[in-house]
Amino acid sequence: MSVDEIKIGGMGASRRRVEDNRFIRGKGKYVDDVVLPGMLHMEILRADVAHARIKSIDTSAAWEVPGVRLVLTGETMAARNLAWMPTLSYDTQAVLATDKVRFQGQEVAAVIADDPYIAKDACAKIVVEYESLPVIVNPDQAAAPGAALIRDDKENQPTNKIFDWEIGDKAGTDRAFEEADVISTIDLHYPRSHPSPLEPCGSIADYDRATGKLTVYMTTQAPHIIRAAVAMVAELPEHQIRIISPDLGGGFGNKVPVYPGYVISILASILTERPVKWIEDKTGNLISTGFGRDVYLQGQMALRKDGKILGMRMHTISDHGAFFSDAQPTKFKIGLMHSTFACYDVPAAHLTSTGYYTNKAPGGVAYRCSFRVTEAMFFQERMMHAAANDLGMDQAEFRRVNLVKDDMFPYRTAFGFLTDSGQYDKCMQVGMEAIGYATFKEEQEEARKRGRLLGIGISTMTEPLGAGNSREYDILGIKMFDSAELRVHMSGKAILRTGAKTQGQGHETTWAQIVAHELGIPADDIVVEEGDTDTAPFGMGTYASRSTPVAGAAVAMAARKVRAKARKIAAHLLEVSEEDIEWELGRFYVRGNHDRGVTIQDCALAAYSNMPDGMEPGLENVSYYDPPNLTWPFAAYFCKVEVDPATGVWDVLNFVAVDDCGVRINPMIVEGQVMGGLTEAYAMANMQYITFDEAGNCIGSNYMDYLLPTAWETPGFELHEVVTPCPHHPIGAKGVGECATVAGPAAFVNAVMNAIEHTGVRNIDMPLQPNRVFEALQTGQDVSGMPPVRVE
Amino acid sequence: MYPSRFAYEAPTSLAEAIAILDRNGGEAKILAGGQSLVPMLKLRFAAPGTLVDINNIPGLSDHWLDKDGTLHIGALVRHEDLEFSTIIADSHPTIAAAAELVADPIVRTRGTFVGSVCHADPQGDWAATMVASGGQIIAQGPNGRRAIDVREFVLGPFTNALAYNEIAVEAVIPAATGTAKGGYLKLERRVGDFATASVAVNLDMHGDTVHRAGCALAGVGGRTIDANDAINGALKGKALTPENVEAAADAVAAMAEPRSDHRGSADYKRHIVKTFVSRILTNIANSEQKAA
Ligand SMILES: Cc1cc2nc3c(=O)[nH]c(=O)nc-3n(C[C@H](O)[C@H](O)[C@H](O)COP(=O)(O)OP(=O)(O)OC[C@H]3O[C@@H](n4cnc5c(N)ncnc54)[C@H](O)[C@@H]3O)c2cc1C
Repeated sequence: MSVDEIKIGGMGASRRRVEDNRFIRGKGKYVDDVVLPGMLHMEILRADVAHARIKSIDTSAAWEVPGVRLVLTGETMAARNLAWMPTLSYDTQAVLATDKVRFQGQEVAAVIADDPYIAKDACAKIVVEYESLPVIVNPDQAAAPGAALIRDDKENQPTNKIFDWEIGDKAGTDRAFEEADVISTIDLHYPRSHPSPLEPCGSIADYDRATGKLTVYMTTQAPHIIRAAVAMVAELPEHQIRIISPDLGGGFGNKVPVYPGYVISILASILTERPVKWIEDKTGNLISTGFGRDVYLQGQMALRKDGKILGMRMHTISDHGAFFSDAQPTKFKIGLMHSTFACYDVPAAHLTSTGYYTNKAPGGVAYRCSFRVTEAMFFQERMMHAAANDLGMDQAEFRRVNLVKDDMFPYRTAFGFLTDSGQYDKCMQVGMEAIGYATFKEEQEEARKRGRLLGIGISTMTEPLGAGNSREYDILGIKMFDSAELRVHMSGKAILRTGAKTQGQGHETTWAQIVAHELGIPADDIVVEEGDTDTAPFGMGTYASRSTPVAGAAVAMAARKVRAKARKIAAHLLEVSEEDIEWELGRFYVRGNHDRGVTIQDCALAAYSNMPDGMEPGLENVSYYDPPNLTWPFAAYFCKVEVDPATGVWDVLNFVAVDDCGVRINPMIVEGQVMGGLTEAYAMANMQYITFDEAGNCIGSNYMDYLLPTAWETPGFELHEVVTPCPHHPIGAKGVGECATVAGPAAFVNAVMNAIEHTGVRNIDMPLQPNRVFEALQTGQDVSGMPPVRVE
Repeated sequence: MYPSRFAYEAPTSLAEAIAILDRNGGEAKILAGGQSLVPMLKLRFAAPGTLVDINNIPGLSDHWLDKDGTLHIGALVRHEDLEFSTIIADSHPTIAAAAELVADPIVRTRGTFVGSVCHADPQGDWAATMVASGGQIIAQGPNGRRAIDVREFVLGPFTNALAYNEIAVEAVIPAATGTAKGGYLKLERRVGDFATASVAVNLDMHGDTVHRAGCALAGVGGRTIDANDAINGALKGKALTPENVEAAADAVAAMAEPRSDHRGSADYKRHIVKTFVSRILTNIANSEQKAA
């Protein structure tokens, strides 16, 4: 008599996404849809040069435009101690420039007016006089002796270097290299990319002088962290700040940081005592907000003749732009770069990292990845590819020899992570079978004889998802747990709120499925709400694939605590002791008498109308979940391409993705996440990057140059699954939102390289544009993607 | 999108539209498909005082072949009308080949052929097909109509030969005297991307012999590159043998004036031009053989 789990939309049901009801009808409610009475509009004037001293700013003509209410510059901000704000990495960032502009697109002034047209007209009337300074667009330039000092605003900052950092066992790694038969090396650039959510950033600040309350509608993935940050920056009491993050048109990491526009709109509202709306345009979003990657990755690997990896060295040089504002856990200066090689049995490893300031936009956000895991895994799989070639070993065989075996879990990686589960070799087998790996070499030989270039590329990875456990992970000192609040109403319907914030991932659908799984309440009877700090419990937000591992676990725990209380109520209703109560989905019954039972809905009603003596009324719970460990999903991707030798154009012939993300709550949503991630991976491998010319002009400032692939060119993907439940997660789930973006790029690149490496070329930096592939084919030389781009 | 302020007019006849243009003395801009003008308004690169929307003017939406096979394309014929045209495949193969490569399917539902030629973007596809095919633009103003050879119409990047009070009402593309052959190849980074390099080839074949050859290039110079003389010099009066194809490809590639940028080096772009000319001509030669 238990309810049918799939029918009620529980675990494993490919339930249709409930949020799509409003999205596909154009009824989503985004920040820009919010209209408040008396609202003013703000426009930001941005620097058109990349590095220059500000000699003067003349705003008089802007003030004269009818309908202009306020013009703000760095000077007005400074008078209120708001010209600079702290970043998520303990640096400072200019809100409005006072002394210098440090990247093209930096915020210089703001106009607040009756409508956005007026604000834009008036912005164009502000005259800024600049004295230009030498521009730095890559770490080599930043490190050169005598290089212009970008952060002359800071004390104790004599050079452009931000940090040196290291982790791992240097001595042990050195020993491994002494014993090596073969040493393989690689030198790569993971280019700057941008998460580019379709909805740019924006806010509406509404300060009410009468109550002292500040309400801010904001495009943020982490509303509670923002509340803490606003309290800090604006020096307002936390209970008087309400952050509301309504529907988000994508985030991908871009909507984690605090941006100057938010802060300026808040001050503008305080000064005008009117609501102030700021909506960034597409170019503003691309040139000034959090980017991803931009890291140079250098590696060496010590190998034994038989293919066993003995040790690994990695050095990263990262380009952070003008302000160090990476969103990442405090302890780790270069994110979780040291998760590299976590799926391989590597006895010794050592990582050194150096970070630099440049005259480029700040950010360093994790673009759909868990804190630079994308770079870590790209490096890993490009290194594996090079090492297999240097050993003269088959790519798949080399990986299978070195992957952590099923019986080695829990496995401590050379950098100290503890991976806990997986069936890596099984995933390899499934993928090899599906792509036809066994016969490929023959096919490739045959094709080559006819002048056709075929290649196959493999990428495997496990990544640390779900930051984190509070021992190791915090942002600005706040531990990285998460939360859920479940209230069951008397009719057995429920509302669930979490500290996470969906941006398209489908929380409204999947969270309800977890509750359905735990309580047997149909998912359709549960409404899910996120994003309002006055109503949701405190949480760290959604990024780094952490929602299901952390908030999702909190949902399960809250539901279990509700069930524990319901069990007491059931005992009361059934007039037996609690020990005699059994549970099946949706129902309690008396042990030994299956017919005598009450449903969870019966218990809910009783919680408000007929509770046992001494019991608090109501049926609800708030749970905070601090995960014991990260979760470790695994992926094995296989890509087959053909390269046109006359043009360098390459086409994907087949792509097989095997994902093991543990138990799948909603298989359809998981597949959607993998498809979306692979599309982004394809974009980065093929076309998508932000680069700069010598003068620091951003190339990629609009969608004519920053290319998002469409359905027309995106190849088809064949998806497979293997399920190894997470041993410590309450429902056995692992993160999956980012696996494909992380593991995907190397599969494409390795495939193209495999097709052309008979020419001697070892590396082409992404994106593998046809011209780069052609150049490599012609010259047999590596092709670097380091800016500045050569423009005649 | 927050463009500068402008007045908006939507005339229902050509005469009315021309009168509005005339009254505004150069401060007005015609709005056809809006696929180039609207982005420019958005970026505030263009700030016209008045927009004259011609979409409500009847009689401009057709394309047709007249008795001698000349193709007429009205000012409101959309890219996709040509993509799905049932009449141009044999008579105007260059236009037919380009139609599905212009922009993306969404833009093709709105953007117009004539608007694209008027816009005179050095990377625009249609101007190249017009130059290769010897097309003309028919302009109408207060003093009546005139025909302008496309090579005198596209004056430079984003500049055409229309007077401020003239409307381009039609494009006219001549028929071949023998069999029309042609092709269009474009290297783009993504569907809807402007050309890194593209090549339009148009041939008038008399049997196995090239009677007239036309060629133009987009994306490899500060304007649409007229390579008609180069290709004609190599092919006129000759058959499409591998040697002649090679010579034509070399002659056309020499006409390109590419710049190095993030899409590729000048050498690469020139190489693509050569590869594409030779691919188009080889395809034509192979299809001739098959037909024979
Ligand atoms: C995403 C995107 C991708 C694109 N990709 C490509 C591409 O790959 N290749 C390509 O060639 N084009 C591309 N385009 C441009 C597109 O083809 C435009 O449609 C075309 O350039 C202009 O035609 P339109 O009818 O939209 O003209 P509008 O935008 O309406 O006008 C363009 C200009 O021409 C003038 N004009 C228009 N019609 C007339 C007329 N009858 N008489 C006088 N003046 C006139 C206008 O005043 C304006 O100055 C792309 C556009 C977009 C938005």
